[in-house]
Amino acid sequence: MSERRNPLLVLTRARILEFVREPEALFWVFAFPIIMAVVLGFAFRDHPPDPVPVGVVDGPGAPELTQALSKAGTTRPQAYASLAEGLEGLRTGKITLLVEMDTSRAPGPGPIYHFDPTRPDARLARLEVDDAIQRALGRTDPAPARETLVHEKGSRYIDFLLPGILGLNLMGTGIWGVGFSIVNARLKKTLKVMVATPMRKSDFLLAQILSRFVFLVLEVTVILAFGVLAFQVPIRGTLSLVGLTTVLGSLCFAGIGLLVAARARTLEAASGLMNLVMVPMWLLSGVFFSSERFPKAAQPVIQALPLTALNNALRAVMLEGKTFPAVFGELLIVTLWGIAAFAAALKIFRWQ
Amino acid sequence: MSSRPPAISCRGLRKHYNDVKAVDGLDLEVEPGECFGMLGPNGAGKTTTIEILEGLTKPDSGEVTVLGRHWGSHERELRERLGVSLQESRLTEKLTVYETLELFRSFYERGRSPEQLLADLSLEEKRDARVGKLSGGQRQRLAVACALAGDPEILFLDEPTTGLDPQSRLQLWDRIAVHKAAGRTVMLTTHYMEEAERLCDRVAIVDHGKIIALGPPADLVASLNAPHIIEFATEPAVSEELLGRIPGVGERRRRDERWLLNAASLAQAVPALLAALDGAGARLVSLSTHRATLEDVFLSMTGRELRDE
Repeated sequence: MSERRNPLLVLTRARILEFVREPEALFWVFAFPIIMAVVLGFAFRDHPPDPVPVGVVDGPGAPELTQALSKAGTTRPQAYASLAEGLEGLRTGKITLLVEMDTSRAPGPGPIYHFDPTRPDARLARLEVDDAIQRALGRTDPAPARETLVHEKGSRYIDFLLPGILGLNLMGTGIWGVGFSIVNARLKKTLKVMVATPMRKSDFLLAQILSRFVFLVLEVTVILAFGVLAFQVPIRGTLSLVGLTTVLGSLCFAGIGLLVAARARTLEAASGLMNLVMVPMWLLSGVFFSSERFPKAAQPVIQALPLTALNNALRAVMLEGKTFPAVFGELLIVTLWGIAAFAAALKIFRWQ
Repeated sequence: MSSRPPAISCRGLRKHYNDVKAVDGLDLEVEPGECFGMLGPNGAGKTTTIEILEGLTKPDSGEVTVLGRHWGSHERELRERLGVSLQESRLTEKLTVYETLELFRSFYERGRSPEQLLADLSLEEKRDARVGKLSGGQRQRLAVACALAGDPEILFLDEPTTGLDPQSRLQLWDRIAVHKAAGRTVMLTTHYMEEAERLCDRVAIVDHGKIIALGPPADLVASLNAPHIIEFATEPAVSEELLGRIPGVGERRRRDERWLLNAASLAQAVPALLAALDGAGARLVSLSTHRATLEDVFLSMTGRELRDE
């Protein structure tokens, strides 16, 4: 006879070991969100807008024009030997605007602009170029303007993006991690062997959820540390509230993962269900762009989705420094989803 | 002794899957300390029956008691007292052998330590190997070790040695014998008559969801009234009528181009057979004899071989 160890702890440890020994799973949990943040972060990084390529047709006044444009700096002038060549460049998209100086006009020479008026960048280029030319020729503004430029941390795209990626990752690892391992165990009859022992079924399901905590800590730390170190994303709220929010989010999606896998008999069926659950939230729940952009009529549904609530809460805490009462409603939505999903999963779970 | 309830008892067990009658009115009783085998071809209903007895499948009708208890009212208590090894189940591949045994041990109130279980099935050398790296025989031994984790009063084994190498098979047989020697009950299914003859006190031969013969293996073989089987083929073939006239030959069955004859005495039947073939002008292509086995019992009762696949 030997001493017994707590089955819930042994089950949880077994689940963690099983996961850690799966290199692919580790990759998807840690590397994937970071790669995504790096790619998107650089794609939308803060930098001055590229100078607009503008064609200048050679002729009298052309060198002065080119010089004036270079000095203004908002456009990148390119010389074309003839009007025909310039129009060719415009047609093929090498330049967005073509300028030629018309010297035959009275009272003095003036520019002629060739551009496609349906292209916003072409219209912008026309304004920039015209402004540069007029100023070079001595125009004085009746109401001189001054500019103050805003580059505040917390209002950049990467700041918006990082909490969204964190939420997305919590959803993905929760649903995939729990769902696939359960369907796999059912498929290989590992579940059935366990049901033939006195193991408590609730212990088994609870271990699936508890094991998520370990990954959660790693996952959240890695993603947040990356955001803070690489992009100086601010965390204005308390770390403990960020922690609470991610814990609730993670449990919620582990519960949904259990529910998705509660009856599926094949990996194909499970992955179909997972996509059905996750893809709408990828799009609607404000991961990559604000969910407010969807029509008003759809908002009650979108705001009630667990990922929307989680993302809203993460952004409010991280970017706006909100405190617990301010995000209570969002956290409640997340928690209720988790409890409802776990209860439903326990009820309909297929053990064999 | 007589006051102890049977280890396993079932009456009128039925289970249909759509049109297939997997179990079709099956009664049996297994005494404590007995090693009981269900022998039958694939698809005979052995697995469905044993899974009903294990409380994993609900029968459409019929009554099951295990250790005098019903599954509906005493599931937890029964699970503590039983050990189950399923057919074709896979344990988590990423865990080591030792971790797997620790896991299963933790499910039971009382039981054998992981070290004891390793020794029970000679898995000490594989202690730290991942389950995914084990051979089929090692995995099967691990599955049985898991079934033994709660030191069960009844051990259920569904096809424990199917597809195993001879060494793993012998190790499993030894371990089952140890369990029985400790006064515990074993219930197993198999389609190897050798396994049934060697391990089981009593055997139920199952076909089409029913028990067609029940008793100790030796009694079942004796019921053929012919301890010897003569198997032969000739060129050209001979008629059954000719064989029927040979003294000392009992039942006659044809398998492809061979004849199988039951005989009470080889000394009497073989010379008579040779003389009869000679007289009919048939040339002997092959001739062999063996002692009758459960295989012959099954063949005699159903006209089919156990391992007809």
